[in-house]
Amino acid sequence: MSVIATPARQSTGGISARTVNRILIYSLLALFALFYLMPLFVMLVTSFKTMDEIQSGNMLALPQAPTFEPWLKAWGETCVGLTCAGIKGYFWNSIKMVVPAVLISTLLGALNGYVLTKWRFRGHTLVFGLMLFACFIPFQSVLLPMATILGSLGRFGVTLRNATGFSFGLGNPTVNLVFVHVVYGLGFTTLFFRNYYEAFPTELVKAAQVDGASFFQIFRRIMLPNSMPIFVVTVIYQFTNIWNDFLFASAYAGTGDAMPMTVALNNVVNTSTGVVEYNVNMAAAMIAALPTLLVYVVAGRYFVRGLMAGAVKG
Amino acid sequence: MTTVTTQIKLTPEHSARPGASMRSRLQDALPKIVLAPSFAITIVFVYGFILWTVYLSFTNSKTFPSYALTGPRAYQRLWRWTFESDPPSSWYTSITNMGIFGFLYIFICLALGLFLAILLDQKIRGEGVLRPIYLYPMALSFIVTGVAWKWFLDPGLGLEQTLHQWGWTSFHFDWIKNKDFVIYTVVIAGVWQASGFIMAMFLAGLRGIDGEIMKAAQIDGATTFQLYRRIVIPLLRPVFLSAFIVLAHLAIKSYDLVVALTSGGPGGSAWLPSNFMYEYTFKRNEMAVGSASAVIMLMTITAIIVPYLYSELREKPR
Amino acid sequence: MAFLEIDGLRKRFGSVEILKGIDLDLEKGGFLVLVGPSGCGKSTLLNTIAGLETITEGEIRVDGRTINDLHPSKRDIAMVFQSYALYPNMTVAGNIAFGMEMRGVPAQERQKAIDKVAKVLQIGHLLQRKPSQLSGGQRQRVAMGRALVRDPKLFLFDEPLSNLDAKLRVDMRIEIKRLHATTGTTIVYVTHDQIEAMTLATKIAVMRDGEVQQFGTPAEIYNNPTNLFVADFMGSPAMNLIPATIGGNGNALSVVLQREAREPISLALADAPTGLSAFHSKPIIFGVRPEALTDPEGAERNASNIATADCHIEVVEPAGSDTFAVTNLGGKAVVARLRADANIQPGTSTPLAFNLTKAVFFDPATENRIL
Ligand SMILES: Nc1ncnc2c1ncn2[C@@H]1O[C@H](COP(=O)(O)OP(=O)(O)O)[C@@H](O)[C@H]1O
Ligand SMILES: [Mg+2]
Repeated sequence: MSVIATPARQSTGGISARTVNRILIYSLLALFALFYLMPLFVMLVTSFKTMDEIQSGNMLALPQAPTFEPWLKAWGETCVGLTCAGIKGYFWNSIKMVVPAVLISTLLGALNGYVLTKWRFRGHTLVFGLMLFACFIPFQSVLLPMATILGSLGRFGVTLRNATGFSFGLGNPTVNLVFVHVVYGLGFTTLFFRNYYEAFPTELVKAAQVDGASFFQIFRRIMLPNSMPIFVVTVIYQFTNIWNDFLFASAYAGTGDAMPMTVALNNVVNTSTGVVEYNVNMAAAMIAALPTLLVYVVAGRYFVRGLMAGAVKG
Repeated sequence: MTTVTTQIKLTPEHSARPGASMRSRLQDALPKIVLAPSFAITIVFVYGFILWTVYLSFTNSKTFPSYALTGPRAYQRLWRWTFESDPPSSWYTSITNMGIFGFLYIFICLALGLFLAILLDQKIRGEGVLRPIYLYPMALSFIVTGVAWKWFLDPGLGLEQTLHQWGWTSFHFDWIKNKDFVIYTVVIAGVWQASGFIMAMFLAGLRGIDGEIMKAAQIDGATTFQLYRRIVIPLLRPVFLSAFIVLAHLAIKSYDLVVALTSGGPGGSAWLPSNFMYEYTFKRNEMAVGSASAVIMLMTITAIIVPYLYSELREKPR
Repeated sequence: MAFLEIDGLRKRFGSVEILKGIDLDLEKGGFLVLVGPSGCGKSTLLNTIAGLETITEGEIRVDGRTINDLHPSKRDIAMVFQSYALYPNMTVAGNIAFGMEMRGVPAQERQKAIDKVAKVLQIGHLLQRKPSQLSGGQRQRVAMGRALVRDPKLFLFDEPLSNLDAKLRVDMRIEIKRLHATTGTTIVYVTHDQIEAMTLATKIAVMRDGEVQQFGTPAEIYNNPTNLFVADFMGSPAMNLIPATIGGNGNALSVVLQREAREPISLALADAPTGLSAFHSKPIIFGVRPEALTDPEGAERNASNIATADCHIEVVEPAGSDTFAVTNLGGKAVVARLRADANIQPGTSTPLAFNLTKAVFFDPATENRIL
């Protein structure tokens, strides 16, 4: 749907009104592009500058002598709180947390969507409605009870370890965060799959039933192979959300070695001892941004679809 | 399942029936069994925990939860603080900020999103490049981009300093350090983050409008401006509603925005209720008050979301 | 005992009753067509036979065995769906073999069965393609192949042709009929297209709002519709249903049709149904099919009771094989079917022959046939 389709009226000055119009539109669009790009640009150029250049130069100027030093320092040496071993450990913490959380919540969402559309029962709308509402709650309203429960599970884990020599992951902050993200991501993943499977032809399920496929066989052989797009959407959505999460991360793994990337970065940036190394901070921020940025560049289309699906119910 | 008796009479292989019927009964229950864990998790960890939080808000829990009900004291305190404007209480600051932030954030995002969507919809070359540029802030954590924003807004380092270097020495921009203006920097950063997404929603809405309606209106002699004002924008009403819901819920949940950009602002002057809740619960050892504020946040979102979800889920009879 | 028996079948979704007591039966090798307007419950009925929907009340027996609670795959049925329901992620061969795979048939046997079916349906060259790479007609064939390969006791078809264009539809219709003739299987077939029903069926059940209106052979349904609904629904162009009154006296009844601005037509009935005398001087609905209303030369030679009357022709529609002429009787447009070369002009009056042997009468109050 576009509107500038009327033939251009020739103005007396020689340049048509249409041309002026177009120039105006493009300039505005370019201006806003600069507005959106600016923070990323500042981060990127600053992360390649030396501290001297930062203090003397302009924040928007390109680095005169680009250096990788800040990136290396951020990765391996910078101080997070009192430990100075860089952010690499925290980067891996995030990976170890994100991968299982994304996989589990996506798989459960797929199963839930399958049941809620193809094996309906009395009250399925209510069940879905309750799960959906969970997407919207401010997590502050569950933060404290969850902290209490995780605390007691941790103590139980210690008891278990004393008794059996193994804590079964209880009390491990990474395991805790995986659990928390699965629990509070279920609403979204269920929503995505439910809406996708809602439009999935039910006749296929019926045909498979006539062919003698069981509940799980239909899921594995018929539904899953035809769910690639929504899988990508859900995985990207969950990956981005969980990687970027700060509230749960700071509440349940806010200190110690198990901190996820976001918390560690916040600590790096807010460390007030000594000179603030802006270039290292920016490099650390870039490193924290890279995974989601990469996903966005590679599969941005799916990311937008996920956002939309989360915004507009079907 | 009610005709088992007649089957035994009719089918020669009746001895196999009870077992088969057990298995088929299990098959029938399987979907519910599969859904049950997720549903139970939701009930316990969402609704159960909400009740738990509500309960805590009626106790006098401080550093640790205490389970003796002491009445609505936490709410009474919040209520008192609501009117304590000079000097402002933290709660007063938080909810005033919420009002300012919520209103400006939603309004500017909607206006800017719609504006950009309309511009982008004019058969723009390079739309494929521009769209992802407008949208990427939504993919990054604000903990990350906040680093850049903080720097950019810092009077000694960022925009102000740059303009001074360029010769505009009288330029002053120190909102981020000013307790009366710091919330507006949060608005700027918030709009920067979400407006591209709102643009994408409006753009999708625009693309969904029937082109023939537009042609008909043009034949009727509508100018471009009239076309948008009289035809397009009214047709986008559902998108406005969705966008509003998204923004309202993002606004109420905003937490890391404030932390990353301002660390709470001078004297907590940039707090939103979400920050208030976190600080009171985990730092100031006022668990009951923190819980009460969480309950108030929840009720605010519920008032917005539930009618919306209800109409969305009900509209589709099958 | 018939092969397929349905007794007092009821189906409720929540509080809405969709099937309101269906009784049907079908002999082995028969071809039952369920026909009726969209939404009347045909698919629901078929799904209950397949076991894809549960039954609220009643019983379904196949070969003397109650199958009410049997899983679809245990009923020895095969089903062809309106959308074909081909699994998009599997090849044609995979689609056809899926049911056997689920039953644990060894790969070699599966291959043999696939080849056999592919030969019958001439889809050998398509076996390695995905459904998305097939045309509508080819998909239809594959869907049939998937059903055929099971060699079931009972075939179920749910509007299998309604997604095809007109020409393919006729071709496939013939193919299905041939398949039925050569394999001799029992078929239950759903359609809303009464031509398909007439051409394919050995038995037709005309349905409306979850009830069977009439159940019989195609000829019975066509010639002796039990009520106005069946008369109107079956046949194309539809039967003329003209408001009329009964005149005459004693044994010599006649049917009186009003005309615009002219005196009414009175057609003498030689062998009127006995029930008709009770309707003397009362309104009835007079039903006459277009082919029973012709030019006098084209009228059936051996019909015993033909009455001729002058009619004012309003519209002429040459259709190639026939010419249709529209006149107005009893306040309704009435279609007559004339020979292709009938010389007839709109706006003139022409004698038309009413074949009263084929005429039927309905009570306007109950809508039932007067016998
Ligand atoms: N699962 C269902 N729940 C509620 N109503 C249904 C369901 N399936 C079908 N119906 C209703 O049953 C009626 C008959 O449907 P159907 O058997 O599909 O009609 P047909 O195949 O004759 O067009 C329709 O009014 C439809 O809305
Ligand atoms: Mg149907």
